[in-house]
Parts: sequence; structure tokens; C-alpha cells
Amino acid sequence: MPPLLVIARLTVQESSRRRLLLALLILTLIVVGVSAWGFNKITTVTRSDGTPLPPEQVSLITSQLLIVVTFMFSGVLALSAAVVAGPLISGEVESGLLLSMLARPLRRSEVVIGKWLGLAALVAVYAAGAGGLELAAVDWATGYLPPHPVELLVFVAAEGLILLSLGMLLSTRLSGITAGVIALVAWLMAWIAGVVGDIGTGLQNQALQNVGVVSHLLLPSDGLWRGAIYAMEPDTLIAAMRALGTAGRANPFAAVDPPPIEFLAWVALWFAIVLGASIASFRTREI
Amino acid sequence: MAELAEKTEAASPRGEAAGTPAVKTVELTKRFGHTVALAGLSMTVPRGEVFGFLGPNGAGKTTAVKLLLGLLKPSSGEGWLLGRPVGDLRTRRRIGYLPELFRYQGWLSAAEVLALHCELAPLPRSSWKDEIGGTLETVGLSDRANDRVSTFSKGMQQRLGLGAALLGEPELVFLDEPTSALDPVGRHDVREIIRGLASRGTAVFLNSHLLSEVEQVCDRVAVVDHGRVIASGTMDELLGGTAVRVRATGLTQADKNRLSGYGRIDDEGELMTFANLDADRVPELVASIVSMGGRVYEVAPRHQTLEDRFLQLLDDEDKS
Repeated sequence: MPPLLVIARLTVQESSRRRLLLALLILTLIVVGVSAWGFNKITTVTRSDGTPLPPEQVSLITSQLLIVVTFMFSGVLALSAAVVAGPLISGEVESGLLLSMLARPLRRSEVVIGKWLGLAALVAVYAAGAGGLELAAVDWATGYLPPHPVELLVFVAAEGLILLSLGMLLSTRLSGITAGVIALVAWLMAWIAGVVGDIGTGLQNQALQNVGVVSHLLLPSDGLWRGAIYAMEPDTLIAAMRALGTAGRANPFAAVDPPPIEFLAWVALWFAIVLGASIASFRTREI
Repeated sequence: MAELAEKTEAASPRGEAAGTPAVKTVELTKRFGHTVALAGLSMTVPRGEVFGFLGPNGAGKTTAVKLLLGLLKPSSGEGWLLGRPVGDLRTRRRIGYLPELFRYQGWLSAAEVLALHCELAPLPRSSWKDEIGGTLETVGLSDRANDRVSTFSKGMQQRLGLGAALLGEPELVFLDEPTSALDPVGRHDVREIIRGLASRGTAVFLNSHLLSEVEQVCDRVAVVDHGRVIASGTMDELLGGTAVRVRATGLTQADKNRLSGYGRIDDEGELMTFANLDADRVPELVASIVSMGGRVYEVAPRHQTLEDRFLQLLDDEDKS
């Protein structure tokens, strides 16, 4: 097996042996079970005259509640990715674990990409598995399925990968705890900057709008989150928000348009830049 | 900063033939900011030789090994391992390394850690079973092969690290303080392992400040202090002189200072050891002590130990 894949396998194996995967599985099953029960309760809600809610209203409420649940889910995924990625390189440098391995015919780029691949596979599989399970539970409980479930899961996974990549880049130079904290703060700031951009859109203030644009370029996590929101919104809701004009676009939990293709291309380039920077940084690090 | 440790092409025609030294450095220097960790290290370690690299804590021993393994980038100077420039990936297939800071995946078993190193080395998969079994036997961990490393004591982890360094019959093995966590039995085992490596022609670069250990297994040594080699040679060359131990009472500190003309004194109160003192001068020394009013109870000339010589070298270095 090529050294790069050996490192990737080792990374996955470590998560498994340290029972991270088991903990995530148990927590996911609990959360999905509880949320399925909660979503099911929406179908039993009645109006003041005792009649049940019409299906359109159940779908609307479910879609909005699903956005909130997904926000939490994507947040936990992004935070977990940042926390795990923070010590990914620096932890093993500081402990000495990498010393004997790097004395083997192993390139530092293979260490960086191998570790990224291993964790990226975990993030992607977890996002697809846990997210898919949640969507299936909501569908079972309410009969509602978001219009673009696959795109939703891709955007949520990509947001996790953004934090994983940022955490790993920082980990090539900073201690694990510092790298993790910086990645978390950057993620929160990017989200807040996205909200500021929304406010700028609502107020038609170009300077505030630019804050959102720049933040989406520097750290595309919020831009990807908007893509996830768009994938969850029923067409009727999108049409209603479009009718509101700029005011309809000033909502951090709503997206009127899908992410532009230029932004998605930038995200791909962003990954390439950050991984390249991680390799360059680790290659020149003295151990 | 230039890329570290991933050269795949030889940068120098020097030493390409099979008869090239195991280790060769020319003015290898490493600075960390204003601190000089290694100052112009020039040395040659022939193949098949057990080479002791001695020095007090912080002398630059580990820095030298890390430079040779490409883990650090030299500030200036050059180095070659097995005839190839430092950092050459192909050369690393023929090298074993036990770091001073030894740490292995606690969530793997001992056999799995060795399998990982077999895979990274890389060794043919068909040879793994024998390599792992034989290595575990050599380092005394056969009965713990399938136990997780996290359950190992520090000494057992160091044994495992030594085993990883021995995989694949390397031509050159770097051992950085290989017995720091071992008990006397373990230290004896390591000496036997080093002798075994030497007998099959493997060069061993032994970093240590345990002088008795070095004295017992090394063909040649270099003593490093403050990043500079202050002495080097074979054991016979370094330990040629005689040390004289004297037990005497009635001497003041001023008297002892005057006696330093006979050589560096390792002063332990009534017991004084004069390093590198010619046996012909012993009567003269005793007469001097008596003339100062001292009472002599014991005079014992003996061969100089590596510790005597080491302390003398460091003392001379401090004075200079």
C-alpha cells in the first residue's frame, strides 16, 4: 500500500480504536431518535378549533425546524472536525510519535495528505450516514423530505471539510489546542460575518455586503452553509422570500439563491490552496 | 526556508561507491536563533563500526542525529549517510532509528507497530512475519506481542522502539540514548544487541551520556560539548593515560589548588582522583602532599576510565 494510504488508514484506525466512531454512532442514534419523536409531534399538533394542521403547513414547519436541526448538526460536525484536526500534526510532533516514522522513506506531503484523507473520509461518511439517517427519520415522522437531500449532505460535509483543512493547516505550526481554538473562532467569525453581509443586503449597504463576500472567500464555511439551507427550503418558501426583495435575503437561516458556480469553483481552489500550504508549512517545519 | 528531508536525487558524487563511510559530515552546523546547537561537526564513521557520540545534556548530540536524519535542516555544512546526501529517501530504507523521545501508537499492539514500520520501510510483505517475530524475540517482547502499547512501561516502549529500529537488517542504526528507560538487565540486553549488530557489519551511531555503556561497546567515540567536538578517537587513543586515586587528610583547599599542577583533580574530599597522571610522577605527588602537612592513606594508580577522560575534557573545555 502506498505510504499516503498507509497514513490515511492509520488515521481511520486510530479514530476507531479510540472509540471516537462508536461514540459518534451512539450519540447520532440518540439525537436522530429524539428528533424523530419531536418531528412526529408536529403532525399531531391541532389548531385552536381542534382540526389538524394542513399538510402544507406541516411541511413548512418541518422544513424550518429541519434547518435549525441541520444548523446544529453542521455546527457539531464542523466543531468536531476542528477539534480533531487541531492536534493532527502538532500533537504527533510534540509527542515524538512522528520522529521514528519520518526517519522512514516517507514524504512529509504523504503524512499531511494521508492524515487529511483519513479524516476527510470519516467526515464525509459521517455526514452522509448521520445526515441521511436524520432525513429518513424526518421523512418517516412527517412525510417531508427536503427538495435536494443529496446536495444538502454534500454542503454539510464540505463545511466540515473546510474546518478540518483549516485546523490541519494551523496544526502544522501551532500546538493542538491553539490550532483548534483558532479554527473554531474563525468558523464563528465567518458565520457572524455572513450575518453582517445579510444585514448589508437588507439595508442595501455595500460595505456590509462586502464583509459577507470577503468572509465567504477567506473561509467558505458560511457560504456552504447557505448552500445547505437552500437545499432544504421548499420552492414555495423560496418564491415567497424572492417576492420580498432584498428584505427576504437578510436572514441568516434562509437562502433565496443557490451558491453561484463561481463560489463552488473557489471552494475547490480554496481546498487546493490550504492543502498546498499545509504541505509547504510541514515540509519546512523542524522536528 | 528550503524543503526538508525529501531529496530523491544525490546532490554530490561523493561516496556513491559501496565502500563509502556510514556517516560523513563536513562542517555541519545548526543554529536556533542566536544559539549554536552544533558548530561545524566534521567526522567520519566507517561502515560496521560502533561509534559513540558523547556529551553532557544539551551538548548537541540529538541535534546532530536529527540533522543526519533530515528532521532538521542544517544552517550550513553537509552530511552523507551510506554515501548519499542527508535527506535522501532511498537511503532511509537502509537506516534504523530509535529516537531519544520514543513514542509509539498506544492504540496499536506491539506487533502492529512493527508491522507499520515494516510497511513504511518498506519490507516485502512475505518477510513481515519473520521480521516481527524475530525482532520481538530480540528485544524481549514476544510474550507481549499482541498487547496494546498503551499498557507498556516506558522501558518496554523503549525496547519496542529499539525493535522498530532493527527491522529489515539496516546498514546503519541511530540509537539516541537507547537505555534511558531501561533497568540493568535491559541495559545489558541492549549492549548485547549492539554487539550483535556490529558482528553482522551494521554501523551503530550511539548517542549517550552513559559512559560505562559506551566504553563497553564502542570502537570509537567523539566527545561533543557546546556543539563542538572536543575530542575523538578510538578508545585506546582516548584512554591512554593513567588516573591516580589518592586518599589523604589534612589538606586545605589552597593545598589542593596547588596540587592541580599534577593534573585535573576530581575532588571528593579525602578522596582525590588525578586524571591522566604519569605513574612516574606518583612519588613526587605523594612527597608534595606530605610536605603540605597531608597524611596519605592510599595511593591507587589505575587505567583512566572514559568517565575520567570525559570529565577532564569538559573541564579543559570550560577553562579554555
